[in-house]
Amino acid sequence: MRLPCPICGERDRREFYYAGHAVALERPGEGAGAKAWDDYVHNRENPCGETRDLWFHESGCGAWLVVTRDTASHAVLSAVLAEEAAR
Amino acid sequence: MRLDGDGLIDRSRPLAFTFDGRQHLGFEGDTLASALMGAGVKVVARSFKYHRPRGVFTAGSEEPNALVTLGHGAGQEPNARATMVELYEGLQAFGQNAWPSVEFDLMAVNDLGAPFLGAGFYYKTFMWPRAFWEKVYEPVIRRAAGLGTLSRKTGPERWERAFAHCDVLVIGAGPSGLMAAMTAAEAGADVILAEEDTRAGGRLNAEVEEVDGQAGHAWAEAMRVRLAAMGNVRVMTRTAVVGGYDQGTYAALERLATEADRALKGCFWRIVAKRSVLAAGAIERPVAFANNDRPGVMMAGALRAYVNRWRVCPGRRVAVFANSDAGHRTARDLKAAGVHVSALIDARADAVCDLDVPFYAGGQVCGTVGRKGVEAVRFRQGDRIEAVQADVLAMSGGWNPSVHLSCHMGGRPVWDEGLAAFLPREGAVPGMRYAGAAMGAFSTRGCLESGAAAGRAVVEDLGLQAVEAPVPGAEDGTYEITPFWHVPGKGRSWLDFQNDVTVKDVTLAAQENFTSVEHMKRYTTQGMAPDQGKNSNVAALAVLADATGRGIAETGTTTFRPPYVPVPIAAMGAGAKGKGFAPERFTTSHAASVARNAPMIEAGLWYRPSYFPKAGETQWRQSCDREVRMVRDHVGICDVSTLGKIDVQGPDAAAFLDFLYTGMMSTLKVGRVRYGLMLRVDGHVMDDGTCARLGDRHFLVSTTTAAAGQVMRHMEFAHQVLRPDLDVRFASVTEQWAQFAVAGPKSRTLLEEVVGQALGNEDWPFMACGDVRTGGIGARLFRISFSGELAYEIAVPSRYGAALFDLLVEKAEAREGGPYGMEALNVMRIEKGFITHAEIHGRTTAFDIGMQGMMSDRKDFIGKAMAARPGLMDEDRAQLVGLKPVGAVKELIAGAHLFAPGAEAVSETDEGYITSVAFSPMLGHVIGLGFLARGRARIGEHVRMVEHLKGSATLCEVVAPGGFDPEGGRMRG
Repeated sequence: MRLPCPICGERDRREFYYAGHAVALERPGEGAGAKAWDDYVHNRENPCGETRDLWFHESGCGAWLVVTRDTASHAVLSAVLAEEAAR
Repeated sequence: MRLDGDGLIDRSRPLAFTFDGRQHLGFEGDTLASALMGAGVKVVARSFKYHRPRGVFTAGSEEPNALVTLGHGAGQEPNARATMVELYEGLQAFGQNAWPSVEFDLMAVNDLGAPFLGAGFYYKTFMWPRAFWEKVYEPVIRRAAGLGTLSRKTGPERWERAFAHCDVLVIGAGPSGLMAAMTAAEAGADVILAEEDTRAGGRLNAEVEEVDGQAGHAWAEAMRVRLAAMGNVRVMTRTAVVGGYDQGTYAALERLATEADRALKGCFWRIVAKRSVLAAGAIERPVAFANNDRPGVMMAGALRAYVNRWRVCPGRRVAVFANSDAGHRTARDLKAAGVHVSALIDARADAVCDLDVPFYAGGQVCGTVGRKGVEAVRFRQGDRIEAVQADVLAMSGGWNPSVHLSCHMGGRPVWDEGLAAFLPREGAVPGMRYAGAAMGAFSTRGCLESGAAAGRAVVEDLGLQAVEAPVPGAEDGTYEITPFWHVPGKGRSWLDFQNDVTVKDVTLAAQENFTSVEHMKRYTTQGMAPDQGKNSNVAALAVLADATGRGIAETGTTTFRPPYVPVPIAAMGAGAKGKGFAPERFTTSHAASVARNAPMIEAGLWYRPSYFPKAGETQWRQSCDREVRMVRDHVGICDVSTLGKIDVQGPDAAAFLDFLYTGMMSTLKVGRVRYGLMLRVDGHVMDDGTCARLGDRHFLVSTTTAAAGQVMRHMEFAHQVLRPDLDVRFASVTEQWAQFAVAGPKSRTLLEEVVGQALGNEDWPFMACGDVRTGGIGARLFRISFSGELAYEIAVPSRYGAALFDLLVEKAEAREGGPYGMEALNVMRIEKGFITHAEIHGRTTAFDIGMQGMMSDRKDFIGKAMAARPGLMDEDRAQLVGLKPVGAVKELIAGAHLFAPGAEAVSETDEGYITSVAFSPMLGHVIGLGFLARGRARIGEHVRMVEHLKGSATLCEVVAPGGFDPEGGRMRG
């Protein structure tokens, strides 16, 4: 498996650390209720098809990426910097 | 026997080899199989279950019978397929799964029990007593059945791993693959042509055929030479593509040409291809009839290969049995080579023959006669049964396209009635196209054309322009076949030769309702041997289809999984042997520690000294106790460079650290250090460490050795994703700084000498930090203590680490001090009640470790919201406490559980557990840290430690963590 790092280009997945769904980008604000935090930390969709998840280019440039891929076909559709996705 | 004529062997280069200790001669270009055949060796193996004598059956990697062990001793290689072993001078091969030898095997007694040894025999028979299975039945069965054995020693062989990238990967260099590769290469694509054989050509090397007006093998070699000369082509012979994976990734096993005593065996490739062409050819399939496994029975196509390529024949009189024109072609080649053909038996009733051989249209072979080899062949024609003398029977039941790689991503092959074969499904693997026999084009002309077409198609996919070129002229026969799987009759008819599965086993499976092909496979072990049923699976499922009254298409195939041919684990794991498995990280004091005979202990990838033994110390506790007293009474030096160091700078550095730590770091004064906790987003403690403020916008974060990588990742996430608004930059500087703890009452005077300045409480108070100079270089000094003593940590750029360590140790030794290791460090921190990852193990909260006061309510920080969940601040939670034994038993064990003194020690009454244990030389008894329900309110109470594995129990008193110098006067001194 290879991921198209926006900074380094297409790189082998062994260079990356996987960190679950990109839901982690949307940190609840201060004062958000228990439900919002529960969803943020624990509850995840398990889609058959397109999904967005977070990968850290740990053995590369150190960028966190949001990767869109297809869980059924295993196609990697895109990768963007999490810094930009979070804005 | 060896035939006259050229072939593709070099008769000027004879090679001596041995089989089971007996000396033979072969030639350059031979495989072990062809050389054995040339030497007249008929029995080369014994079968898996029944120990039946077996001979060479095929000429390729699908070989089910001729498995041998190469070499002996540590490097012996079991289960080598003789058909794939290139002969070399001095090769030593041995028969396997036989005693005393394959020629005379006493274990053949199993064959007499064959009526009882059918499918499911073990399951049905060895049911009870239950304990007997593991102790008696299984070991006996395992000894009797099986293949070769490993030496159980560390082998000297080496493999390499490599990656390759290309536009087009062509799998197979037969006529189709050569055409596909040439078409793609001429259009400018970057091409890899992978071929399992030692030479290009595929079937062209085995047949008497012309391509483009020259011998087929000569044309193929000319094509290979042309391709190899092109800058954009890599021709990889001896390379089997073994698996297809996502994103056009393929695994391939490249074997080096075998040579005696060469440790390097080959390379495991990961090839990434934008497009691929599957031109893997086809495998000829046998027909099941009684005693079809006798040495001398072999595939017709393989016999042609032996006769035409290697100029050998396993016998003098050959009978041929086929259900297509393959029989005629075989008889023709045999006659041309001067071998007597005693019968040509064609299962097709309407077949005609223009060869001068005894011809039997509509005949069916129903058995062979002989002991260790075929002596006669019995066949039925109409209602007559006849027998002919023959010592070889060549058979062909048609061809199965090698669809395997098209199925590795879940695709199922499609049954083609006309060809009576499974074909690869279109689009089963993204980017893969099919060519030649692999897609059912069985004539040479058809292969050349479909190879060129596949080449053009991938070129166009890639947006390149194909160069128009004529397809060379070649034989263009038709493939007419009458499906034919099994000749009914008495006696055992083999399907899977390698796992000894017969027609009767498959029909028995059907009778017992294992009618799904996957169930039948597992019940009979059909297709489960190293050959994975390459030449037997289709026939077996045809028999199953027959037995269950279904069609073949409806019955379906079992799942094709990688690898296509056996791949040694050593190849996949190349480079990961021994130290290669985990790289080593050494501190700058490593050599000095080793020179002092310190046993080095792993800490992640780092190595740290356990203790520094002195003369007369015979066990670690003596050294450890001495080192603890040495630090507490004098001074000790410990390399702490393995702790993570992260340099944080920028206008928003303080705000960023406030967001990371539970405590306030923005209020920290320049030149001061503060202890901090970081939580995970779920509110549990992730790591602890110190944070030093080196400047207004400059901090140095320290992490534990274990969590350095995790903290860095966490910080990058916090910055890039959660707070990209903050203007801050940070980098790991763990490797850049060597850092040493100098601990003990004499540490101050020692360091004053080293840095040449006063370090009294007024000059350098507890938790102060800053720049100093030593030996003319800049250094950093931190007054922090993990031992509870007056202590400092001094850091210098790593290149000066070794020199500084030597200097510090020398000055310590002058003060009755010296270096100390991890054991003493651990004892002292337990004496002080300081935590490590034994305590912050991922399930503990700041509340659990008594640090809830460090969670600031004046700001947001990662983990704050989730740490405030009611369940994580519950008084009933297990809380950090100290423990000391008070009863007759003085033993504490880390990992043991805690119970009320009178309670039964079961999980329902479990009140906590012990995390760290040490003997405290200062307190004179064993001490422990652990977590106990409501622990902080239970100081002075008794609990019982129970360690169920050892059956040990100790009555303990609950004490506050950190029984040594609880006021901390020593470290502030």
